[in-house]
Amino acid sequence: MSAQASTEQVVDTQGMRYLESVPRRVVTVYAPLALFLFVLLFPFYWMGITTFKPNEELLSREGNPFWVSSPTLAHIRKLLFDTAYPDWLWNTMLVAVVSTFLSLVCSLLAAYAIERLRFRGSRYVGVSVFLAYLVPPSILFIPLAKVVFELGLFDTRFALILTYPTFLIPFCTWLLMGYFRSIPFELEECALIDGASRWQILTKIVLPLAVPGLISAGIFAFTLSWNEFIYALTFISSSEVKTVPVGVVTELVEGDVYHWGSLMAGALLGSLPVAILYSFFVEYYVSGLTGAVKE
Amino acid sequence: MIGFPSPRFRGEGTLHHATVARLVHALVNRLQNNRNALGLLFILPAGALLLFFLTYPLGLGVWLGFTDTKVGRGGHWVGLENYVFLFGDSVARLSLFNTLFYTVVASVIKFALGLWLALLLNKHLPFKAFIRAVVLLPFIVPTALSAIAFWWIYDAQFSVISWTLTKLGLIDRYIDFLGDPWNARFSTIAANIWRGVPFIAICLLAGLQTISPSYYEAASLDGATPWQQFRYVTLPLLTPIIAVVMTFSVLFTFTDFQLIYVLTRGGPLNATHLMATLSFQRAIPGGALGEGAALAVAMVPFLLAAILFSYFGLQRRAWQQGGKD
Repeated sequence: MSAQASTEQVVDTQGMRYLESVPRRVVTVYAPLALFLFVLLFPFYWMGITTFKPNEELLSREGNPFWVSSPTLAHIRKLLFDTAYPDWLWNTMLVAVVSTFLSLVCSLLAAYAIERLRFRGSRYVGVSVFLAYLVPPSILFIPLAKVVFELGLFDTRFALILTYPTFLIPFCTWLLMGYFRSIPFELEECALIDGASRWQILTKIVLPLAVPGLISAGIFAFTLSWNEFIYALTFISSSEVKTVPVGVVTELVEGDVYHWGSLMAGALLGSLPVAILYSFFVEYYVSGLTGAVKE
Repeated sequence: MIGFPSPRFRGEGTLHHATVARLVHALVNRLQNNRNALGLLFILPAGALLLFFLTYPLGLGVWLGFTDTKVGRGGHWVGLENYVFLFGDSVARLSLFNTLFYTVVASVIKFALGLWLALLLNKHLPFKAFIRAVVLLPFIVPTALSAIAFWWIYDAQFSVISWTLTKLGLIDRYIDFLGDPWNARFSTIAANIWRGVPFIAICLLAGLQTISPSYYEAASLDGATPWQQFRYVTLPLLTPIIAVVMTFSVLFTFTDFQLIYVLTRGGPLNATHLMATLSFQRAIPGGALGEGAALAVAMVPFLLAAILFSYFGLQRRAWQQGGKD
């Protein structure tokens, strides 16, 4: 889709753009876009600059707050050595990777079954997957807390690894269903005629072709689990099993004194892994996002 | 090519094997070629997880809403008592108002800004791919963490917005962003808009890119102004995807939790409590699981309304394409 769209873009720009003068474009396109970018990116800049500001500069109304005159690494040092932040990073990574992998395996099988095996009732299963996708965590967390507690998983990483798939599987399955639809059915028919079993077809033909879809789903699922907040807040109480978002919000705020420097350092370091991953797979991420919405 | 079905072909190849092995083999083959059995097998892992951790809790939540369950103590059936209590509870009613206000205002502004940004990004731009990638950053970064950045930006004493406005001479006193009820409502809405606009913009951009430029050429040859092109070409063709994207956006906004929890915890004077944050507060720190669950269930009718809205949006799309499915 994107390749086709970009060629259309090229045709478009060569066709009509000469009608717009440069000053007009500055006012109607570049200026509003610059404003949008400024507002959308400013909080990140602010996170970054606060991370390296010494406390005297942070808590002063004098001077230019947009710049830092004597940068310091004290906040990052405090975060890494005086708090459980490294533990939180490790927990978040572990939970995100395991729950993403688990969801991908389940979703791959389910999506293949729904879209290609077309067993009896597969249409209804497909619809219910979509409905499951629409169930928000904010209405599920209370009964889930009870379930987690009764399973004896309260305050463990397993609580998160097992509950994150509730929003990851519907999303990934939905995305992969759309992806499988784009793989020609004839390829599978050929393999069937040549004597391949369903399992061989799945592993040797469909899986390699579905790799881009799997990457999209995987990247998206990873960021979703990295960003998850309400389950981690509800099911976890000990500091050493917390995830980054919950740890930063609940543990770095001590009393009435806000350590803005280390808070911002925590926010920055917690955002970097997803931001870096995202920067490598932007196209996959965008196609995952728009693919899930467009079906 | 090969005239006979694969199972029999493979079966003949294993004729000299032991009978048991042959039976197992035949069974596996039959299973492999029985769509219903194989479909069930493939759907099992996902289905089991979802049934146990999604469907069951959903039912359990509805049931909890009719009981007086507390943390660490089983509950008894109390019928509609929780709902009657919540209806008479001024904080719960305020949270409903806040949720609706938050959702309506934030969604309308997010839609307007998102559509605008999508139209801007659809123009020919230098570094287009880079800009598009950067625009989505607020959406991918953990909301709880960006909310902390907003918390600092909204700080009553050291807010950078207040600093700038004071230096520009527009205000003479620092703004109490999160301390005053209406300031807090609009500040949280602003943070929500900041996070939501990229999602809407990128999705609508994907929709815009599927509109063939020849429509615009035809329209401009017929003398349509840019506004008319937008109104009579872009908007009708974009309506189906707008319906879906906005349904998701409304869904996310209505059930928002993190932003409020981090920025205000529902304060000041419960002015920013949404139904999700109130149900968390009542159920987890407050221990009243039944009451919290009832509040959460009370959100469902609104979510259903949003989903139906999406359904009819999709229907219209199928109809526009001239297909039935």
